[in-house]
Amino acid sequence: MIEEKYDAVVIGGGPAGIAAAIKATELGLKTVLLENRDILGGIPLQCVHPGFGLHYFKEDLTGTQFIHRFFDRMEKIGVEYITSAHVYSIEYRDYMEKIVNVITRKGVLRLCSKTIIYTVGARERTIFEIGVVGDRPDGIYTAGEAQTMMDIYGVLPGKDIVIIGSGDVGLIMARRFALEGARVKAVIEIMPYPGGLMRNVVQCLIDYNIPLLLSHIALRVVGKKRVEKVVVARVDENLRPIPGTEFEIECDTIVIAAGLRPYVDLLEKLGVAMDPATGGPIVNELLETSMPGVFAAGNALVINDLADYVVEQGEKAAEGAKIFIENRGIPTEEWKPVKKGRNIRLAVPHYVSGKRDVTILARVAKPEQRVFVELPEVGYKVFHMAVRPAEMIRLDLSKDILSKAEKSITIEVKPIGQRT
Amino acid sequence: MYENFDVTLIEKEPDVGWGVSKANTAIIHPGHEEDPKTHSLRAKLCKEGNELWREWARELDIPVKWPGELMVFTSDEEEKEARKYIDLAKANNIPGVKIVYKEELRALEPNINPDALGAVYAPTAGTISPMEAVIAVVENAVENGVKLLTETEVTNIKVSGNRVIGIETNRGFIEADIIINAAGLHADKISHMAGVEPKFFIRPRRGQYLLFDEDVSVKPVRILHTTPTPITKGVYAITTVHGNLMIGPTAEDLPVEAREETGTTFEGLEHVWKEASKILKALPPRSKVIKTFAGLRPEPPGGHWLIKAYEDPWGFVNVAGIRSPGLTSAPAIAHYVLEQIGKVYGIKLIKKEKWNPFRKDIMRLKGKSLEEIDSLIKMNPDYGEILCYCKTVSKAEIIEAINRMRAIGIKTITFDGIKFRTYVGMGMCQGSFCRWRIALLVSKYTGAPLENVVIKKSGYGIGEVKMLLKEKVSVKTGVSLK
Repeated sequence: MIEEKYDAVVIGGGPAGIAAAIKATELGLKTVLLENRDILGGIPLQCVHPGFGLHYFKEDLTGTQFIHRFFDRMEKIGVEYITSAHVYSIEYRDYMEKIVNVITRKGVLRLCSKTIIYTVGARERTIFEIGVVGDRPDGIYTAGEAQTMMDIYGVLPGKDIVIIGSGDVGLIMARRFALEGARVKAVIEIMPYPGGLMRNVVQCLIDYNIPLLLSHIALRVVGKKRVEKVVVARVDENLRPIPGTEFEIECDTIVIAAGLRPYVDLLEKLGVAMDPATGGPIVNELLETSMPGVFAAGNALVINDLADYVVEQGEKAAEGAKIFIENRGIPTEEWKPVKKGRNIRLAVPHYVSGKRDVTILARVAKPEQRVFVELPEVGYKVFHMAVRPAEMIRLDLSKDILSKAEKSITIEVKPIGQRT
Repeated sequence: MYENFDVTLIEKEPDVGWGVSKANTAIIHPGHEEDPKTHSLRAKLCKEGNELWREWARELDIPVKWPGELMVFTSDEEEKEARKYIDLAKANNIPGVKIVYKEELRALEPNINPDALGAVYAPTAGTISPMEAVIAVVENAVENGVKLLTETEVTNIKVSGNRVIGIETNRGFIEADIIINAAGLHADKISHMAGVEPKFFIRPRRGQYLLFDEDVSVKPVRILHTTPTPITKGVYAITTVHGNLMIGPTAEDLPVEAREETGTTFEGLEHVWKEASKILKALPPRSKVIKTFAGLRPEPPGGHWLIKAYEDPWGFVNVAGIRSPGLTSAPAIAHYVLEQIGKVYGIKLIKKEKWNPFRKDIMRLKGKSLEEIDSLIKMNPDYGEILCYCKTVSKAEIIEAINRMRAIGIKTITFDGIKFRTYVGMGMCQGSFCRWRIALLVSKYTGAPLENVVIKKSGYGIGEVKMLLKEKVSVKTGVSLK
């Protein structure tokens, strides 16, 4: 077995990991980036649609273009990376010493590192997780799998498509299928509002006359060898199917786009505390988890709307790693919890110190119009025309504002006219 | 195993074990649930099978565990029902069966529901991987000279002068002096083709299951099940040999013609959930369910197995309606069938001298130490390339599975076939991360285009990405681009 010493081991070679590895290397940390596929880049590689980079590069790029910009940077700086590297386990020896055991074609590597930046991304929810019953024939794919097939390997999954879930990946795949001449019979969404960004609802469904069935549930799959149809019903306000509203949609393919979950397998085994709301780890403003020197960024931390945000988190985690190494641990602080007030479902990070600028990303529980997003403890208040669960609220907060908080800061959404 | 037999195994599916064997509770029963008065053959062969599997699992390297089982009772009425099994255990000579109460019960099973009053403990119960058992047995059979024909469906049985002479299949005629009908859910149809037992019909009985991720906190040490009552049959909660919590089954009698109805239902899964929560202290959250599935058991009239070698037509043997405890009894049934053939047809069974009773399982990374993994990679770098992240399955294991499938004569290398041999796609992601990677490898090894690689029963895709657009262009212009 080969043993090596590092300041930072970055696990996961998607946009978060690449950004983290670039930043960590720039900051002078001895860094290695690990990717279990045989190529770096992660999901943006298979995203042939635009919408990437608007925030970070102030340009509209495809996923592939976006990620190639980072490849160029990596090359310039000389970031060390290993592909086809599967992290088998992580051993926490001491707060300054973690061992990452990696399976590669050259043998098992034992990488001893002061910090770990965990950026493995997300996992898609499966048909079993969303409780669809019935047959289990061929022709059921997650949206990401369908995207890999089509846009990496040039294989068309089917021609009569039903998409379950209206998250962004599902909406984008609806358009991809339509562009290929396949018939997208419906996008089924259990909630009364779409799960993806409004721009994707417009550009991917409305522009292609694809029906979006809100407040509908896919109950049952029918098909012996291949999918033949899916049984759908309307749901009531408690999301329970309404008897008598069932109908069938004939199709040969079902695509599940029912949301992503942070892939936290290795973190759970390390004993990192998780936030049930995000499905990811609980972190402070440096994106350090409950295990000292273990940082998380990207969709492994929280499901983000934009790859741009993911990149920022990767960079933030690298800065955290630098502070950790310089101080032999993150200096002790009176961490103030970020609390979820009215109509806030999740918020990241979970703790702030009041001594640094922090970007807080939050999601609302339900859509509302004409609201203030408020942080009452620090007197912060911003007007929003509308808030939707699909669109993260981004709060760029300066240390001056955050330092006003004494014990905690609460994020809440208040309709106009309602008194605090 | 015996001289002078030329054996061909016929299977309609692309692979072995895809019928009743694929979806069941995976239990080797002790034999204390069989009533020797009403079902003497079941009682006898269940006990024998339980003992034989110990030998077979060792020789054939089949994953098996022997944790024993607890039939849990939660009321006085249930206790009364449960006590009957002590009498049956005595009658069937099953060792070690006893009633255990609170303290002993908790010691045997820390995950037991606190409301449980006690349980019938049967220490000889085991769990097995049924698919791997079938695969292991077939691999060993082929090694010893049996020929396997997959994707071969019997269309008729030829009888001439009161003797069977062979079978007609979709792949042509196969000559045979003896035909053993072990066609599971379809065994009645095969029997009728031979003109035997025209009134014998199999009814499919559906069982639905929920399978949880490996990392859940509640994993029973023993095989747990509820006490069967006249109203509800027992529901089990087990930790499979692969470390997953599994609960089920339902017992739904379906119409005779419903032989493919392996779909799940809301009601069925709810029933299993409710029953399983009676025996476990807590069920993991629903989000930890990685798969729900259903299997069909072939229920014969009166629950009576039909195992018989016929004199008219000579050479036709029924091994039909093998309901529970069929998996447990399978090795004993095999011996019993041979005995019948010997007796009825006057064939002297001479044991082969050159007979290899051993078979090795696929070499796996899972469960190995880092040092062991490192030396495996040094031997073959393909062990260092992980294709299934959830279950840590390497490229080398998948290649070995493909080679083994070919070695037993499988024509179509399916993703499901590889799944059952290597556990790829059996984790939390259910294949969404690895299916295309495995399909690519199969494509490379078989030369089939990626879209034609068979997943279960049909191709991965329908064609290359531009196919529909090309079709449209050709329709519009009237010119074919092909």
